Amino acid sequence: MSEQITKEVFDHLVGLAALQLEMDQAEYLRKQLNNQLKAIAELEAIPLEKDVPISLHGVPYEASLSAPPRADEWKPYPDPAGILAQVPQVVDGYIVVPDIPHTELK
Amino acid sequence: MEICDLNALDLARLVRSRQTSAVEVVKSCLERVAQVDGRPGSLEQKPLSDEDKKRVHAFITLAGENALRQAQRVDRMLAAGEDPGVLAGVPFTVKDIFCVQDTLTTAASKILANFTAPYTATPVQRMQDAGAILLGKVNLDEFTYGSSNESSAYQPSPRNPWNTDRVPGGSSGGSAASVAAGEAPLSLGTDTAGSIRQPAAFCGVVGVKPTYGRVSRYGLIAFASSLDCPGPVARDVKDAAAMLAVIAGSDERDSTAARLAVPDYLEGIEEGVKGLRIGLSPDYFRITYPDPASGELLSQPLPEEIARAVTEAAEKLSALGAEIVEGVPMPNTRFGIPAFFVISRVEAASNLHRYDGVKYGLRSEVPTADLKEMYKITRNQGFGLQPKLRILMGMFVSAAQYSEQYYRRALQVRTLIRQDFEAIFDPAGAYRLDALLTPTTPTTAFKMGALYGDSVLMQYADQLTVSANHAGVPGISLPAGLDDEGLPIGIQLLGADYAEKTLFRVARAYEMATQEADWRKQKPEVLRGRS
Repeated sequence: MSEQITKEVFDHLVGLAALQLEMDQAEYLRKQLNNQLKAIAELEAIPLEKDVPISLHGVPYEASLSAPPRADEWKPYPDPAGILAQVPQVVDGYIVVPDIPHTELK
Repeated sequence: MEICDLNALDLARLVRSRQTSAVEVVKSCLERVAQVDGRPGSLEQKPLSDEDKKRVHAFITLAGENALRQAQRVDRMLAAGEDPGVLAGVPFTVKDIFCVQDTLTTAASKILANFTAPYTATPVQRMQDAGAILLGKVNLDEFTYGSSNESSAYQPSPRNPWNTDRVPGGSSGGSAASVAAGEAPLSLGTDTAGSIRQPAAFCGVVGVKPTYGRVSRYGLIAFASSLDCPGPVARDVKDAAAMLAVIAGSDERDSTAARLAVPDYLEGIEEGVKGLRIGLSPDYFRITYPDPASGELLSQPLPEEIARAVTEAAEKLSALGAEIVEGVPMPNTRFGIPAFFVISRVEAASNLHRYDGVKYGLRSEVPTADLKEMYKITRNQGFGLQPKLRILMGMFVSAAQYSEQYYRRALQVRTLIRQDFEAIFDPAGAYRLDALLTPTTPTTAFKMGALYGDSVLMQYADQLTVSANHAGVPGISLPAGLDDEGLPIGIQLLGADYAEKTLFRVARAYEMATQEADWRKQKPEVLRGRS
């Protein structure tokens, strides 16, 4: 059974996605999402044995092919200034952002 | 023929033997860019002029001065008797989804318009270490989300050099267009559902999706981390093989890069196909399209011209000694797009969470009440429609109440798709194939604006390529003729894990067998009238 993305569900997704959409964009996107769900509904028709495993990736990871984790050694980054140069607002090496939302608890 | 029209291996040979200089090669490419490319993509919204509509617009950032400096360095090394590398003096373009140190790396998105990468992606570094010369960053669909390059925030978006009313394909549209237009012999692209192979087919060039993990993704701005594959776009098979040999290999900075020796892909590439088993599957001769009115998915035969290109290719390979195995079942191919809609969106939603205006990229200047407001306004301003669509779908299908129905199910279907490939390539199985021969795309290059806005129709442009991404197997698209309107047709070869050497061999055999074909003498529209 296909789920339809209602306006309420859509608005909730928009909140979770940390977006803030104009109305015409919101309508267009919601329509596209529902159209995509019609294509996705094809998956529901496939007879699947319960024991079909999931595949998180196609090519199997074998120990011989995978690089081991690197040694747990602390290495200073060579150019922190270069990284901080990208930050929109920096004061004394600290990244400055607006305050987090506060809720008064009663 | 101008220097910039030579293939990469010939250019490298001429430069290394000092019959020409790297500077001359770069100058020739820059001249070609000046002649055919037009204005680069930018965030400035200017109406398209008639002149714009006849140009390629492959680039976002052309780095001509830097390229000349690199070329001078190569020439100095050669003069001093040093070895600059196997691709010495060969210009290449890079899809602007790869970080290149001290260079704008935009992902064709406003949200990264001001981002200068602090490091260089491994595949780019390897090209430069081999003496290749970075000409510039080329355009793409925003964050690689698309199959036409039209979604780029940097407009004008690239146009197909064969017919500038047509799309170059996507998302590596700039890569394919820059190679087809003779601006550079090589380009580094990425393929997540067909984003190298499809534009290669549309633009009449060779495009390779390596096995997942064959090429490091370090420095690649991620779309879908289990599907993304960096790979070469080139004018011919040998060039593609040479480039893959340079960029492939393990990388301690990418734990998914396979620790497997990189073969000499050029060794034996012209051995021919005698004794190789090449399959044809009826499941690749039918295509699926959503009905515009109802949205219902309809099945129809592949367009006759494209089917004929594949069957004629099979006949040629058979005449060369290959055994053609017909009726190979690939029954789960048709579920590739529905599964991709789910898996790729979940991964994309996760990968895009980092763009929040805090550490890099766009931060909205609108005064905000708090951090959360800043996130929302920044992300709304910075992302185009395609990223927003992917984030929203990714969050929906991975939500707790839906993930079993959608995400888990899609991952199980991915297993079925993988099993289809394992069965046909199993050396002890019923088919024992060395390669599967298929069409690359369900159509040739469509008109600009024809599909953009319909996200389902656009995604189905990848229906013949996406299964290789789910399964992780390698694939190569190569030119196989022109349709009635003079647009390139591509054929695709798919292989077993890490079987790129075999695919190159088959592709090269086909290429050599069609060397004198009339269609190979045709030139893209933007190059006609040039000697």
